[in-house]
Amino acid sequence: MEFLLTPASVLLLFAFFFIGSVGAVFIERLFSDNGKMAGFWGHGFALLGSLLGLAISVSVLFFGQGIAFTLPTVFPNFLLDFRLDGIAAFFFGIISLVSALASIYGFGYQKHFYGKYRLGVFSFFYNAFIASLLLVPIANHALFFLLAWELMSVASYFLVVFENQKEENIKAGFLYFLMTHFGTVFVMIAFFLAYKATGSFLFDDWRAATGTITPLIQGIIFGAALIGFGTKAGIIPLHIWLPEAHPAAPSHVSALMSGVMVKTALFMLFRFFFDFFPGAPMEWGLVIILIGSLSALLGILYALSENDIKRLLAFSTVENVGIILLGLGAGVTFFSIGLESFALFSLAAALYHTLNHAIFKSLLFLGAGSVVEATGTRNMESYGGLIKLLPFTAGFFLVGSLAISAFPPFNGFASEWLTFQSLFIGMTSAEMIIKVVFFIAIGSLVFTSGLAAACFVKTFGATFLARPRTEEAKNAKEVSVFMLLPMGILALLSFLLGINATTVVASLIAIIASIGLIRPVTLQFPFSEFIQARADFAAILPLESIALLLGLVFLLSFGAIWFVTRSRKIVVGPTWDCGTPLGPRGEITSGSFSRSLVTIFRGILRPTRQSTVEYHDEDMRYFIKSQEIRTSMSDPYRKGIYQPIGVVLHFLASQARRIQSGNVNMYILYLFLTLIILLLWATHV
Amino acid sequence: MNTLLFIFQLLIVPALSPLGIGFIRKVKARMQNRVGASVFQPYRDLWKLFQKDEVISEDASWIFRFSPYLIFAITILIGASIPVIAAVPVALDFLPSFSFLPAGDFLVIIYLFALMTFFLALSGMDTGSAFGGFGSSREMMVAALAEAGLLFSLLAVSVTAESGNVVAMVGNLQYLPLQALFPLLIAFLAFIIALLAENARFPVDNPATHLELTMIHEAMILEHSGKRLALMEWAAANKLLIFILLAVNLFFPWGVSLSYDSFSGLLVSTLLVVGKSAILLFGIAFLESTMAKFRIFRVPDLLLTSFVLGVIALAISITF
Repeated sequence: MEFLLTPASVLLLFAFFFIGSVGAVFIERLFSDNGKMAGFWGHGFALLGSLLGLAISVSVLFFGQGIAFTLPTVFPNFLLDFRLDGIAAFFFGIISLVSALASIYGFGYQKHFYGKYRLGVFSFFYNAFIASLLLVPIANHALFFLLAWELMSVASYFLVVFENQKEENIKAGFLYFLMTHFGTVFVMIAFFLAYKATGSFLFDDWRAATGTITPLIQGIIFGAALIGFGTKAGIIPLHIWLPEAHPAAPSHVSALMSGVMVKTALFMLFRFFFDFFPGAPMEWGLVIILIGSLSALLGILYALSENDIKRLLAFSTVENVGIILLGLGAGVTFFSIGLESFALFSLAAALYHTLNHAIFKSLLFLGAGSVVEATGTRNMESYGGLIKLLPFTAGFFLVGSLAISAFPPFNGFASEWLTFQSLFIGMTSAEMIIKVVFFIAIGSLVFTSGLAAACFVKTFGATFLARPRTEEAKNAKEVSVFMLLPMGILALLSFLLGINATTVVASLIAIIASIGLIRPVTLQFPFSEFIQARADFAAILPLESIALLLGLVFLLSFGAIWFVTRSRKIVVGPTWDCGTPLGPRGEITSGSFSRSLVTIFRGILRPTRQSTVEYHDEDMRYFIKSQEIRTSMSDPYRKGIYQPIGVVLHFLASQARRIQSGNVNMYILYLFLTLIILLLWATHV
Repeated sequence: MNTLLFIFQLLIVPALSPLGIGFIRKVKARMQNRVGASVFQPYRDLWKLFQKDEVISEDASWIFRFSPYLIFAITILIGASIPVIAAVPVALDFLPSFSFLPAGDFLVIIYLFALMTFFLALSGMDTGSAFGGFGSSREMMVAALAEAGLLFSLLAVSVTAESGNVVAMVGNLQYLPLQALFPLLIAFLAFIIALLAENARFPVDNPATHLELTMIHEAMILEHSGKRLALMEWAAANKLLIFILLAVNLFFPWGVSLSYDSFSGLLVSTLLVVGKSAILLFGIAFLESTMAKFRIFRVPDLLLTSFVLGVIALAISITF
């Protein structure tokens, strides 16, 4: 037990991933079994490492004692400085948990790739990816952090393009690579400005330098961090890579990317605003809230209009990141106006939703992976009736859908409820600007939650209910137990984290307080009766009684009705068909389910529709031979933002090409001129 | 005594809800110069349905079989958590922690109703009929847009009453001066629109027909029969009564008794609640007799109006 709190355990953990990644490549060479052994090796060591990570973070959180140590390197100004404090341990734990379950899932999922793709290579990048994910929250040195951050981006890029026989994956990977480096540039700007202001790359020195940085520099640092990490978190309009890259990766990697990789960016935002440079002005909080409102509402609208099950889930990640940002932004706002208790409360809401989203989004991605495995397609229009063929997957997916739509007593409700409360508290503030922004946020959140319910009725209904719409869906088979087990655990966690909301909130508050920023560990709500009442209820958040009551009333009414009607028969017959034979075309599809909502929000979604009609007689035009309608959504971000930028870049590049004459003499002249200019500059300075 | 009250609280809404439906139907019949069926006809209908055998589609899964029970149970739970004639939290004598209080938080109520809608829509899709699917699609459209008006109107009440629990809200409101309740009048309008939308009444949906292609609620329960249809109908009646009770007790809280001790107080409160509910039910029936159903894509305008009214009410009540 004590071993878990030593640096040795952290190093052992990374040793597991190292052996897992490098070993798998060799194993693949040794055995000629289509990569089966290599896959087991890679996933096995990833599982071991993740379990150790889980144990470490649990013991850090439980004993309230961090781990910090430094490894020297040969480079000056570059230290391998590790720091696993309470808040890092929280994220470390989430990452470990999801990676452990994803690795178990991988045992079953890998047979997908036997003989087609090289599982040794997969295992190499898979282990590297998890190791870098785990490095990000504990790296305590800017350059070391950037190394981990880059490793994470590169490793996940190779996982996105792993199925490289599909062209769209390569495209998605390229977009991802581009966007993630766009983000990294801003992260670097933030880091180097912080270095310039504090004279150190050590995060500890940044913490100590609080208050010595000019507001302007601090503002630029915050802005750069928000753009840089926001790109990774997928805030709108920097999200465009997310719905392309997350679905392209193998499903358990999608779960890791959507469930935890975006969280590392949120973790760093938390660090920047509350740990490194606390005391951001109020406006930053309001900006974060507005970004969150926009991402939440637009994210769920895009998810609703999507027919590809994994893209839908990726857009829903954008939505949930928005909800987390609402809590984070409320925290920044409250902290800046000196309401530390409220800040603590809002941050607890944000962290709770972070945890919950990691759980249910991984669950849904794993479920989607099973469905894709069983049917061979990601198109929801081709599913239907899978609940009878994949009963367990369907059950777990239902739990995930209920949790993400925030229904009591599941965990999504608890965190969304807390987020609502922090917005309600902010709404009663005296400042007009705060009031207005929080009003917008409440409006956005309530529409978001309503639309999320519609979105997941559609997802679950179109995938699992009614009759199969294609042959593939008709012949689907339940997936292996390796794939069901992690889904089962995640579904159980969704429920447990809901009914134990009180304990979770108390622990989260303790974790946030443990970084030593916000003084009062117990909440104090001095404002009004209204806030007091919300706080009282939050202190108990009795989801377990609601679950118990609902269960009891359900059993009572079920029992009574069964008793009254026990002698009545049930006849099973065909669905009423109005005289037309029941076929797959008679059922509602995913596209038609969301059509009415898409029509209502057409101003935002901009649906396009192309129809081609062919007539038997072109002159008469009475009898239609065939008709084809294509509906799709236009992408305003690419058209409006990214394409113009691309055009400008292309223009600049073509202008710059003029100096590349290909003549060696010319290049020597350039060198000479550069030298002269540098010499002149050096003598002047 | 408390145990008795507990059972009373549990049963009062399902016991009276068919009467509410019967009353609306009676008023509508009278306004159409018909005698109409007795106000107790819905009870007879339910009894009849419970006596019948059931036909279940071969395409339906356990969702279809399970949903009616869950939907019914949710309405019972919410019905037990709201103030009916007295704004008093009730707990069991031998198990004091076992109380309906937690489910009375207004956000919990909204989300429990959303959970009910979720399963209603799923069971509509489950049989694979075109009617059910489109009913579900429309239901989710209406529900997603109606939630905002519902939340903002209840939030306005919550802010004014300085509490989040509907039971406590009714109690607190009674002590407030009349002018403090002014924003609630606007919130009431927002709530009424949400009420009509959530309960599939005019002008959003027509509760009386199976023939119209724009039907919403009836389309979803088209494949249900026997006891499951009875449960669905009963749950819908419960939901309507819960909304009516919330509307009269939250927005016009005067007269609701604050204890179960005084018999005369309870009598007055009962009479007042029944009277106010009857006026509201009459209003709904009047509305249904005098206006036409909206085209489906005009419904969002109405729901947006409800949202805006809710925002205005809240804005006024937090600046007070």
